[in-house]
Amino acid sequence: MLTVNIAIIIPFLAAIFIPFINKKYPNIHIGWFALFVPATLFVTLARYIPTIAGGKTYVYTINWIPSYGINFTTYLDGLSMIFALLITGIGSLVVIYSIYYLSSKESLSHFYVYLLLFMGAMLGVVFSDNIMVLYVFWELTSISSFLLIAFWYHRKKSRQGAKKSLLITISGGFGMLIGFIMLSGIADTLSIREIVLTIGDNTDHPLFLPAMLLILLGAFTKSAQFPFHIWLPDAMEAPTPVSAYLHSATMVKAGIYLVARFTPVFGGEQTWFWLVSGVGLLTLFWGSFNAIRQTDLKALLAYSTVSQLGMIMSMFGMGSAALHFGYSTESVVYTQATFAALFHLINHSTFKGALFMVVGIVDHEVGTRDLRRLGGLITIMPATFTIALIGSFSMAGLPPFNGFLSKEMFFTAALNISQLDIFALDTWGTLLPVIAWIGSVFTFVYSMIIVFQTFFGPYQKEKLDLPAHGASRGMLVSPIILAVFVVGIFFFPNLVGKYLINPAMTTIFPRLAVEGDLGQTITIWHGFQPELYMTIGVIAVGTFLYIFRNYWKGIYSLFPEKWTFNELYYFSLTQLEDGSAAVTKSYMTGFLRDYLLYIYLFFIVAIGGILFYTGAFSFDLTGDEPVTMFEWSIIIVMIIAGITILFAKSRLTAVLLNGVLGYSIAVLFVIFRAPDLALTQIIVETVTTVLFLVCYYYMPEWKKENKPTRTKRINLIISIAVGIVFVLVALSVQSGKLFESISGYFENAYELAGGKNIVNAILGDFRAFDTMLEVVVLLIAGIGVYTLIKLKAGKEDENIEDQ
Amino acid sequence: MKINNVILQAVTKIAVFIILTLAVYLFLSGHNSPGGGFIGGLVLATAFVLLFIVFDIETVQKAIPFDFKRVAALGAFLAVGTGFGSLLFGEPFLSQSFGYFDLPIFGKTELATVTIFEAGVALVVVGVVVTIILSISEDV
Amino acid sequence: METLITILSGVLVSVATYLLLSRSLIRVVLGSAILSHAAHLLIMTMGGLKRGSAPILGEETESYTDALPQALILTSIVISFAVTALFLVLAFRTYRETGTDNLYALRGFKDE
Repeated sequence: MLTVNIAIIIPFLAAIFIPFINKKYPNIHIGWFALFVPATLFVTLARYIPTIAGGKTYVYTINWIPSYGINFTTYLDGLSMIFALLITGIGSLVVIYSIYYLSSKESLSHFYVYLLLFMGAMLGVVFSDNIMVLYVFWELTSISSFLLIAFWYHRKKSRQGAKKSLLITISGGFGMLIGFIMLSGIADTLSIREIVLTIGDNTDHPLFLPAMLLILLGAFTKSAQFPFHIWLPDAMEAPTPVSAYLHSATMVKAGIYLVARFTPVFGGEQTWFWLVSGVGLLTLFWGSFNAIRQTDLKALLAYSTVSQLGMIMSMFGMGSAALHFGYSTESVVYTQATFAALFHLINHSTFKGALFMVVGIVDHEVGTRDLRRLGGLITIMPATFTIALIGSFSMAGLPPFNGFLSKEMFFTAALNISQLDIFALDTWGTLLPVIAWIGSVFTFVYSMIIVFQTFFGPYQKEKLDLPAHGASRGMLVSPIILAVFVVGIFFFPNLVGKYLINPAMTTIFPRLAVEGDLGQTITIWHGFQPELYMTIGVIAVGTFLYIFRNYWKGIYSLFPEKWTFNELYYFSLTQLEDGSAAVTKSYMTGFLRDYLLYIYLFFIVAIGGILFYTGAFSFDLTGDEPVTMFEWSIIIVMIIAGITILFAKSRLTAVLLNGVLGYSIAVLFVIFRAPDLALTQIIVETVTTVLFLVCYYYMPEWKKENKPTRTKRINLIISIAVGIVFVLVALSVQSGKLFESISGYFENAYELAGGKNIVNAILGDFRAFDTMLEVVVLLIAGIGVYTLIKLKAGKEDENIEDQ
Repeated sequence: MKINNVILQAVTKIAVFIILTLAVYLFLSGHNSPGGGFIGGLVLATAFVLLFIVFDIETVQKAIPFDFKRVAALGAFLAVGTGFGSLLFGEPFLSQSFGYFDLPIFGKTELATVTIFEAGVALVVVGVVVTIILSISEDV
Repeated sequence: METLITILSGVLVSVATYLLLSRSLIRVVLGSAILSHAAHLLIMTMGGLKRGSAPILGEETESYTDALPQALILTSIVISFAVTALFLVLAFRTYRETGTDNLYALRGFKDE
């Protein structure tokens, strides 16, 4: 379906036009124009929900580089539908929110260009079927996230956070690319659908495990899983709409998307199961544990996002166990974890989005996000308080909010999986529900902190920067819509289950889905089961811990600053920078001759030496064409001209001698039956000579080189050696033909390209891509020359950066 | 820099037209005989360069009011644009096509999309070469 | 013929190398221009010389010379022009900003 391909391109196109529209209508907030894009896309995509729920999928291919199997193929199925709806839906709400959040004094067109860039890239990630295209979009999301985090680039912290997120996500993405290449080598295709179909026979391929590990590395870095979570708290320097959108609802879920998408490929393997669920659980625990110690509301939310992402990740890991078995009624029970993962994915986006927006409102109206200074805001902003309450209680897993449902399902899944007797679960399995429960207790505690510490307690007016007042109505629109969803999904969970999650389950378990129904019914009340007791336990212990939190907070001092991963990151970064600086300085002398010496010595020793050592020199001069008198004379003229340049007394002579060389080559081209070349060479030589003469007007006179005789001798020896190796290599290459020449193909130019001039047909048609790039290079050189001349170094810019 | 070389100027006025005609001929004939976008563009550029050398820059710029930087950008846009054009017809990036048409005056003529691509190439060459020469000589 | 042209380009390579290794910026620029001449000749030689007629279809002939090297060189000629122009401008801008065209003086190491 072409619509999907266009849906990806539209945000990019819109991003191009944003600056122009902003210029044309400076009085209208540009966000209103940007809003059109996600809103339209959301409605368009939502129209396909019924057909997708009916089991239909849409594929559309636009050929891009078909010779390498890289095609712009989009695939709309249940899984990509959920993500696409989140991207466009939350996207629309965030744009509305940002219109009131960002004043028109900010450079709004930048903001919306980056935001739309991100939206397009993210849609590209979830819709791409081709892994190479997916990779390109994947890195684009990292780049747009980098740009958005550094939106207030005059702040040092913003720049640091942006750099950190970029370094971590891009290096993970690079690992993922290698994993993709391995995977495509194993499966011999770049299409995810085909990989899923064929991978079953190749699970014992030696590259299978490395590919899995590398792809997981990409997913874990992107989704801020332990120990790569350190970039997410620093990314909170971004404007709050960005945090709500990229760093809680969409981009960080790209890693989860990747895990879900590749579950049919790697799922059922022990390594996959333990890595995904283990890292997920560890992240759940570590994130929630660390969230409590935060004093900045946004940092608290960042850690809570880390922990929630870990929870979703672990559920996907647990669900993959179902693939170990064939289809049976028992194995369907284990897919429930995946169902819960998808359900929580949607729920998390709703309540966390709302919470981020609430924090943004508090920050906007009060001027601080510091928990130690906040308090007693309930009377001043009652609406904001209500939304915060709904969001936090949902996150804590309390009824009647959607978080309760997915948390219950999480417990159920963890309990079920721990009963299995595969993957050494009989020894370690009990750990799963235990860690899940501990993580949930901490989650409960920090959810309470958000509500009670911000809105209750004493109102400390003297500590606040701005006089507190209620939020503007526009800012409340988006969080209210999200809060309605939080409550609505609790009461009608099966609508979501039937139309969104079930089709996605079919994608994740394609083979199981063929044989039976994977659909689940979400029930609000399922009797006094272990999971209910677990929830009650969470509430009891959580309340206890919350009330007495000041007594046990000393536990955090057991984890000194020195040993955190953050410190490790900064330590390795500085070490890396210093180390590479030291190494670089040892051979980068800044003197051109030294660099050229390295290159030439390598050429002589490595190329000449190896050829000599392997005895690859062979000369066969019998195939040569005879040389006429005329040709002899031209060649002798050229040799003389070339050597004379070295002894030229003035630069004018040198330039003219160079011209002699150029025109002689043009003559040689005529003899070699290359009329196009001869024409071009003559004109280029003319223009070059003009250029040299014009430039030399500004240059100093060509002085005699006064350098030591020893240097001169070394230069001479090296130049002659280079020339000799060059000739020997060239002659050897000519005498041995390894394969048939491919030039015969181009002689069909008239039939294939409709042109009789073969050279021109190659340039314009067969290899038009090269020519296009060449034209671009030419343009860049032109721009380079122009800027070199026109832009003179001015005075040192004022240092506006470090604020 | 005012130079007053009457003979050179008189010859140039005529020569430029010959060069321009040659440039157009080379550009159009490139498909089937020697020539093409690069050569056409280069010859065209030399015509301009000759003008700039013989007359002074201000006079020529009054007569030919192009911004050659824009010409180059337009050319690159055309060249890259034809690439995307083929995508619209479901063909791989930069596929060219050609066909034969019966035009009223020219008779049976071959029209090929490669000409648009070549025009882009030629424009870039003209724009860049003239920009380079102009910006160097303006820098005093 | 092929051998002769190869030797000719070898000589040009030597000349270019010697110029590139010198300290004066203009010589380096000139060296790079000569190096590209040598490269063009080499590519041309690789396809075989003077065999068959010019690669324009429709002429009465049995075979054509290899068109592929010609297309490569055509691209290369234009690119080397652009590169030479850029180098030249770089050279004279450097001279105007720093007052020297001696590469040894231009190393730019302040802490040595």
